[in-house]
Amino acid sequence: MTDIVSTPQLSIDGAPDAGVGAADHAGFSRKRLDLPQLRKTLSGQSGQQYWRSLDELADSNEFRQLLEREFPENASEWNEGFDRRNFLKLMGASLAFGGLTGCTIQPEEKIVPWVRAPENVIPGRPVYYATAIAVDGAAVGLLAESHMGRPTKLDGNPQHPASLGASHPTVQAAILDLYDPDRSQTVKNAGRISTWGGFVNAMEPPLASVQAKKGAGLRILTGSVTSPTLGTQLEGILKSLPEARWHQYDPARGDGAELGAQQAFGESVHTYYDLSLADVVLSLDADLFLAGPAAMRYARDFMQRRTQSLHGATASIPNRLYVAETSPSSTGSIADHRLALDTGSIEALAAAIAARLGVAPRFTSGAPADWTGSAQWLDAVVDDLAAHRGASAVIVGAHQSASLHALAHAINETLGNVGRTVHHTAPVDVMPADHAASLRDLVLDMSAGQVDMLLILGSNPVYDAPAELNFAAAMNKVSFRVHLGSYEDETSQLCHWHVPQSHFLESWSDLRAHDGSVSVVQPLIQPLYPTRSVHEVVAVVAGASGKPVLDMVKERWAADPLFASDLAFETTWQKALHDGLIPGTALGDKPVQLRQLTVPVGFGQVLDPEEGLELCLRPDPFLGAGSVSNNGWLQETPRPVQKLTWDNAAIVSPATAERLGVSNEQIVTLNAAGGQVDAPIWIVPGQAEGVISTHLGYGRTHAGRVGNGVGFNAAVLRSASGDWSTTDVSVVKTFRQYKLACTQDHQSMEGRDLVRQGTIEHFQRAPHFVHEDFGHEFPAELTLYGQHDFSAPNQWGMAIDLSACMGCNACAVACQSENNIPVVGKEQVLNGREMAWIRIDRYFSDLDEPEILHQPIPCQQCENAPCELVCPVTATSHSEEGLNDMVYNRCVGTRYCSNNCPYKVRRFNFLQYVDRESETLKMGRNPDVTVRARGVMEKCTYCVQRINSARIDAKVANGEGRVAGDAVKTACQQACPTGAIVFGNLTDEQSQVTRLKKSPLNYGILTDLNTKPRTTYLARVKNPNPKIG
Amino acid sequence: MSEAPKRQPYTAPAPVLGPGQTSYTSITEKISSIVLTPHTPWQWFAVVAVGLALMGMLQVAIVWLLYTGTGVWGLNVPVGWGFAIINFVWWIGIGHAGTLISAVLLLFRQKWRTSINRSAEGMTIFAVMCAGMFPILHTGRPWLAAYWLFPYPNSMGIWPQFRSPLIWDVFAVSTYLTVSLLFWLLGLVPDFATFRDRARNVVTQRIFGMLSMGWRGSAIHWERYEMASLMLAGLSTPLVLSVHSVVSFDFAVSIIPGWHTTIFPPYFVAGAIYAGFAMVLTLMIPLRGLYGLHDFITPRHLDNMGKVMLVAGLIVGYGYFMEQFIGWYSASVYENFMLQNRMFGPYGDSYWALLTCNIFVPQLLWFKRIRNNIYTLFGICMFINVGMWLERFIIVVGSLHRDYMPSSWDMYSGTMWDWMLYIGTIGLFLFLFFMFVRGWPLIAIHEIRTLLPVGNKKH
Repeated sequence: MTDIVSTPQLSIDGAPDAGVGAADHAGFSRKRLDLPQLRKTLSGQSGQQYWRSLDELADSNEFRQLLEREFPENASEWNEGFDRRNFLKLMGASLAFGGLTGCTIQPEEKIVPWVRAPENVIPGRPVYYATAIAVDGAAVGLLAESHMGRPTKLDGNPQHPASLGASHPTVQAAILDLYDPDRSQTVKNAGRISTWGGFVNAMEPPLASVQAKKGAGLRILTGSVTSPTLGTQLEGILKSLPEARWHQYDPARGDGAELGAQQAFGESVHTYYDLSLADVVLSLDADLFLAGPAAMRYARDFMQRRTQSLHGATASIPNRLYVAETSPSSTGSIADHRLALDTGSIEALAAAIAARLGVAPRFTSGAPADWTGSAQWLDAVVDDLAAHRGASAVIVGAHQSASLHALAHAINETLGNVGRTVHHTAPVDVMPADHAASLRDLVLDMSAGQVDMLLILGSNPVYDAPAELNFAAAMNKVSFRVHLGSYEDETSQLCHWHVPQSHFLESWSDLRAHDGSVSVVQPLIQPLYPTRSVHEVVAVVAGASGKPVLDMVKERWAADPLFASDLAFETTWQKALHDGLIPGTALGDKPVQLRQLTVPVGFGQVLDPEEGLELCLRPDPFLGAGSVSNNGWLQETPRPVQKLTWDNAAIVSPATAERLGVSNEQIVTLNAAGGQVDAPIWIVPGQAEGVISTHLGYGRTHAGRVGNGVGFNAAVLRSASGDWSTTDVSVVKTFRQYKLACTQDHQSMEGRDLVRQGTIEHFQRAPHFVHEDFGHEFPAELTLYGQHDFSAPNQWGMAIDLSACMGCNACAVACQSENNIPVVGKEQVLNGREMAWIRIDRYFSDLDEPEILHQPIPCQQCENAPCELVCPVTATSHSEEGLNDMVYNRCVGTRYCSNNCPYKVRRFNFLQYVDRESETLKMGRNPDVTVRARGVMEKCTYCVQRINSARIDAKVANGEGRVAGDAVKTACQQACPTGAIVFGNLTDEQSQVTRLKKSPLNYGILTDLNTKPRTTYLARVKNPNPKIG
Repeated sequence: MSEAPKRQPYTAPAPVLGPGQTSYTSITEKISSIVLTPHTPWQWFAVVAVGLALMGMLQVAIVWLLYTGTGVWGLNVPVGWGFAIINFVWWIGIGHAGTLISAVLLLFRQKWRTSINRSAEGMTIFAVMCAGMFPILHTGRPWLAAYWLFPYPNSMGIWPQFRSPLIWDVFAVSTYLTVSLLFWLLGLVPDFATFRDRARNVVTQRIFGMLSMGWRGSAIHWERYEMASLMLAGLSTPLVLSVHSVVSFDFAVSIIPGWHTTIFPPYFVAGAIYAGFAMVLTLMIPLRGLYGLHDFITPRHLDNMGKVMLVAGLIVGYGYFMEQFIGWYSASVYENFMLQNRMFGPYGDSYWALLTCNIFVPQLLWFKRIRNNIYTLFGICMFINVGMWLERFIIVVGSLHRDYMPSSWDMYSGTMWDWMLYIGTIGLFLFLFFMFVRGWPLIAIHEIRTLLPVGNKKH
């Protein structure tokens, strides 16, 4: 991490001839070009024009044919299922097509030739740059790894408050979007290839007409905007064109927090939490540790506090987490106490807690139903919260009602948490809004014919707006429609102009984090295609087109009152780029005045346990509301508890399934909000009774070849009101079945001591309970073949703390990114051939009120590895540093090693899984890791490339090659938000891993087979409230 | 037939040969007439046509497999071995009867074996050829596996992993194939000479002339022949035990519950004998009818083979029982589960079908009437053929699909390509065997002559 350089100035080679090759390949014969005629055409044109090929310039019929033939036809070929052969074929074709647009004229000031190699770029050594990614609009700081100008991996920026170095599956997978061959690669006008210049020219007449009306008829639709630069731009437009309107609609966002703050404080207030100070946390349907931009921070803060009290030098009382939720989540699965409740019951619980704590809201239609659930639970939570005033937090999920948010504000206020664990600040969003209302207004105005010009910037409302709004029909009444997006998605199909959007690693911007800190979004690579950032499109509206985006961002900050002088700005700017944060931008606590709460009708209406049904819609934990549906890594990452890949489902509890008379994978028809959709049933223990949960982000029709047709579109069930759950739902059974690709078929541990668990009380009473109560240890150093020599100075090992693992899968996606692990597709997952080197096993203890246990399983790197001695060609053998090495080019693929691996961590390339055709995907791979071919076994290597790199450095430094204990971080460890995975050198007594392995909680799995695994686990220790039996 | 024999020269045990075969000439005549004739029965053409068609399918299956990868099969991560290994073990097992009959029964001086040993050896060789395809084809990169499994000196100084049972397999199977082939060809030499002498056209004469390698039937030839036979029989006998023991090590040496069992070697050998005899009968019963060989393959042969099968079947049954018993007796949670899962898990049906085919139905062989009825005997053999395949399915798939980590448990089923490859090798086997029947002496002429009373003198 030492090589952090401030500004990347990089260029990449285009592939100028690929387009011609593609055309030839398609058997397309061309007329000879008439060059004099071309010159004449050119001289007759005014303004800036770009062309991609002479054919385009000639605008010949043949060229038009080529365009029409090649692209739309191929696009339409992808109607049915996911088929590897077609996938590869089309991937190749689209790549060649991509080459057509590969050579563009770049703005002059960005071109830095490689005549003299840039400083700090050493071939073979990655360089890291600080940048930031938007998660639900807000910043998560990143350190992006760049190999010779090509970003290959994203990890959290340790200095950034939202990340602290951790990351999430979505963050890790964002790198794949950059190289996605399906990305939109050219400006399109009514489906035909056009140019940016053409677009800018086309904008002039309609813009002139709306300008004449002071902006009336001009509408801009964006998602959540936290970028101060974009905010300044948009505000500038609204100032000069006062009749214009800016709408915001982020399909994954719940409006409850914003409206709840309005209810509680009468103004827009942003709230974030400091869990490092919280002893008791109550989550009301908040997927605190996985959802939202601050999730990584929350997970880290909460878990550090917990693990420190378990393994730290000084014993302290661990914190405690209560979760009430509708559907089992990552957060719920590590709760000390978890209740599965429907939305109404969660509200009733909150109301009961509030009442007991002395918060008295005014109820407009009588108090909500009394809390009929476990009185013990209620008592315990109330007592616990009351006993930890100022060190507790009540946190409400983003998709809960405004009233519940307001109530939680009141409870936190009463508990004295505000200013300590709960922080209220000025809004992080540039313009806080009720997104559902904003979208409704837009649709009403469009339907009424009041909109002449609509700019959709990065959103995809045709797909993700509630179906009952019928956005597409309303939008078709707008006479000039522009869409900026990374993909030619559902919305761009219906827009006059489509402008391809730059990836955040290709363009400048800035973003605010959950605490207000601003990060500069720094590009690492020239745009792969002639794409544009949102700033550029907005600049066209503002009449400032052509200005470099970097200048826009710098101007915004140079003018900021934060900086006294230009000189101060320049030095700060360089440091901000280096650190990834603009200092002094974090928002301070804002004093707020709690108002008398008015709780509306319907609050806390408990679901009828006999007959009631509730539909809960949520953004998918990885795909969100569908903007990244074309990301194969995310599609194939098992959802934390359900373990589903490549599909969404109607999730119900076993009891509800019984009541409805449905079985797993049976298709039911869901009706809600006037919409109807066919969904397969997926039965998950721990789901609230009567609640059907289903996720957004699926059923895309124009996502790209990966995301098209995956799952069903739950947005048709959304209500225009912005409510995320409804009891007005009907379920009609069908007799059809649908195969769901689940990565774990078996849910029970079958009495094996794989995950060991105890309570803190038990642990304190019997510190060695892990060894006394479970399994049996292998008695002696028995082996037929003799011991390996482990005298090398580095001996690697890993300890995984099960108390901290919440099953989020950040490790799995990080591993996929680091180790070039291919995506195999739904059919292969169904076949049990997923390739993940680290998987998270999830076990349920019970069908109805289950405990949910997670266990990450990388290669256990056994010292007596059963895989090694059965390989007939010695393709897997032991290193002197204790690694179980895999020699890919020696492997002949007998799969005997996999059969003999008791942990089943080995993965086999049954087919040619790695895409060897798509050039862009090649750019994104880690050059330090071999890309495996068909017929070869692979598995976790403890990121041996990182070990080797560290050993080389150590050899240079100390000659011996002895690596400091904690110097190497594996990709999974680096990504883990909770710090559950610890890796290091076992010969170093001071290393973290050595210390953890000395813990009495440390145990190995299946050690009775005498495998002597180097990966061990720390038993999960819960901190249940003794008052809850 | 006016002169009935006046007295028996001595009271011999029931004759091995039927009453029709009384002289050297009649035997030679009968056996060589199958080959040295322009006439081929239509049934032969039918079987060879089926064999060729299935071989075509085999070719398609192999080409597609090599082109696409082992992913065309139903394999997945807990179940890394499937049809390929099942079929390999099944064919190797079938290939056991030949050597047992020719070598072990030779050493035990079981004269009745001479009627069937030639065809049983042929069957062995063809079965081993079918079996040998699978270990190569089932690897992910067969083009490398084909030679990397052999210890050849190379500049990298890399050797195979001699601790791996797969390497032992390479040696065991290739040795077995070599010795069996030599034994078979050696035995054929005198008969080739007979054919050479009896052939009426030049081409046939030349072909058999070359194959008979100058055999003139001199006493020295015979002496050396007998000595070589005896030595090869001595070499082959341990191979009967070793091949399938080594094949069983593929499983027994691993740590998977259901594989990791010390009873595997003897139980596999017994199973192989069982399967081999069943297959010999499956082939000989129809051939006997087709070529009118009732005098050579008499009810006594069928009866004897039925008895051998019964004994082998009981040993196999003991193997099944001990597996279950040790599973319970070990008190290991994994072994216990394996036992439960075998009987009542998702593949439980196959397990009960296996017990039915291999244990329950063959108990009918206790009855002489059933042993001597070719229809019931043939039916029982078919049960055993299926049962032995199921046994390997249960061992390979049934153990792998649920081992130590419940999270990784999965199901396995063969795909179309799995079945095509399997059935394709049956086609290859039928084709090779019937080509052999048509072109080479399918009963050892010179040996069976010794069964005649006139030839049955003590040396």
